[in-house]
Amino acid sequence: MSGLTFDTVDVSYDDRAAVVGFSNEVASGEWVGLIGPNGAGKSSLLRAVAGLTDSDGVISVDGRPLAAMSIRERARHVAYVAQNPITPEDMSAFDYVLLGRWPYVGRFGAESSRDRKAVDEVFERLRLIDFRERRLGELSGGERQRIVLARALAQETSVLLLDEPTSALDIGHQQQALELVTELRCHQQLTVVAAMHDLTLAGIYSDRLVMLDDGIVVADGSAAEVLTAERLGDVYHVCVTVDIDPDDGAVVVVPRRGFPVDGS
Amino acid sequence: MTSTGSAARWYVAAVALLVASIMLGASIGAAGPAAWRVPLALLDHLPLISIDAGISEIDWNIIWKIRMPRVVLGMLVGGMLSIGGASYQGVFRNPLVDPYLLGAAAGAGLGAIIVLTIARDTTSNWTVDPVPVAAFCGAMLTVFVTYLVGSGYRGSGQSGTTLVLAGVAVTAFVTAVQTYILQRNADVVREVFAWILGRLSSASWSDVRLCLPYIAVSVIILFAMRRHLDLLRVGDEEANALGMSVGRTRLIVVAAATLGTAAAVGVSGLIGFVGLVVPHVVRLAVGSSYRNLIPLSFLVGASFLILADIPGRTLQGGAETPIGVVTAFLGAPFFIYLLRTRAAQVAQ
Ligand SMILES: Nc1ncnc2c1ncn2[C@@H]1O[C@H](COP(=O)(O)OP(=O)(O)OP(=O)(O)O)[C@@H](O)[C@H]1O
Ligand SMILES: [Mg+2]
Repeated sequence: MSGLTFDTVDVSYDDRAAVVGFSNEVASGEWVGLIGPNGAGKSSLLRAVAGLTDSDGVISVDGRPLAAMSIRERARHVAYVAQNPITPEDMSAFDYVLLGRWPYVGRFGAESSRDRKAVDEVFERLRLIDFRERRLGELSGGERQRIVLARALAQETSVLLLDEPTSALDIGHQQQALELVTELRCHQQLTVVAAMHDLTLAGIYSDRLVMLDDGIVVADGSAAEVLTAERLGDVYHVCVTVDIDPDDGAVVVVPRRGFPVDGS
Repeated sequence: MTSTGSAARWYVAAVALLVASIMLGASIGAAGPAAWRVPLALLDHLPLISIDAGISEIDWNIIWKIRMPRVVLGMLVGGMLSIGGASYQGVFRNPLVDPYLLGAAAGAGLGAIIVLTIARDTTSNWTVDPVPVAAFCGAMLTVFVTYLVGSGYRGSGQSGTTLVLAGVAVTAFVTAVQTYILQRNADVVREVFAWILGRLSSASWSDVRLCLPYIAVSVIILFAMRRHLDLLRVGDEEANALGMSVGRTRLIVVAAATLGTAAAVGVSGLIGFVGLVVPHVVRLAVGSSYRNLIPLSFLVGASFLILADIPGRTLQGGAETPIGVVTAFLGAPFFIYLLRTRAAQVAQ
């Protein structure tokens, strides 16, 4: 069994449950979009996979439970891009991406030439060569976002977790970043789980959408199955119409004025 | 690539500065040989080199037994406080902290005060001076208590903030105890003050031997951890997600920095501002990467303290100015300047 599997995963803070009984199988190379309103538990789930918060149940990568791995080993399997990553202003882009090699370098040793080569390759693949020696503080939000993505790719993991990867980007850079992930995913069999707020983009780029509400899965399937006006009204308390593009079947969620028909 | 090249130049400059500082520190003093003869005499005593420096046995003793221990101690203490400050700044991701943050200074002060007041009579004929030992133990113990208190909470994770707050609380408590003891023993206030303000003037080779092992261990560990400190710059969470055990790293760095700081404080008293200001000066030159910051802070801090010790030797004729006064006198205005010009970076 390959990819990322969840077996009744619970995440709770003190007594409050953030994710309840989450079970799912993400195939190797699949892109799953995690959607749901604020506080639904999307970040909690991603953070549990990255080992940043305690969880019950079993999460495994390629059949191996993450709990059985050391944190260095986990970092060789799972890369995590936070929603608002800290990017030290005067760190160079190269040094920042080089941090992605941390799970591979010796305990105190310097990075090997192999690590540097891996980083150079990532810069090349993402067409970021020009930014190599630039300081992070001098980059635009979109450029910085790509550097952060580059760091995650330098980790050479099979699973990539993205927490709202495009929330700070304009529409053009959003698309650029998502296209990039798509390209890489095909290129190297990357399994992607991305929490996203833009439902239309989530639908277009994901193979499958999983919708959470209050820590519970309320829908799981293709964009057309998950994104219905009725369900969105129920879960998000929002008034929308959902159009399906007749040419390519893309699901477009359009906000409308007015109050939703209350589902409860 | 340009950045590594310029860093190399800064290393050369820092080593040159240190050598010059050592020469200067050995050459200047109230009594003794003409200053220009001293570097020659030092060279003469290096293996395989023989120069006629033209100085007497007595002059050489002044150089070797009085000035050199002072220079070497200044080098070790200054380097240690700076590297300790840089490490603390890294581990707490706060450029405004110094190695006394978790109570090392207060604890050392309390240790020294206890010996100077309560146990002065019983220990006056000991062969080993108990003051540095008590200061060392006081510093280690206080930071240990801070660590126990500060890492006790689980709620907010092992963030550095709770440790810093615990440091504030423990420092306040220990300082209160200090004040209480001093009030009941007003006769030793002068002596305690002399100790607190820091001094290298009475330095001997035995002081150097006393602190060297601890400082050496500390410096080696901190040097080895400099990449960990770089990774910590992206935050606890992401460092963790990249495979570093943040809690353990913080513990190792704090323990190592505290060990060396306690040893330095034990032999020299509380010399302020070095650990705060020197890493900043180095940052201005080579940037914030700990890969360069750690080694360069040691070199620059060592030079700074050797040089800061020189004006005190002659400033007031007979009575020497405590070196802690000199460093604070130079350091505080510079620190204010940093605050005003770099407030934006400091805030992030
Ligand atoms: N560190 C924490 N301590 C306590 N409760 C938390 C913590 N982090 C999240 N929660 C709670 O857990 C629930 C799920 O939060 P989570 O961040 O996973 O939601 P989310 O789906 O990512 O929301 P958003 O879309 O706003 O990012 C929320 O009720 C939140 O208040
Ligand atoms: Mg979130």
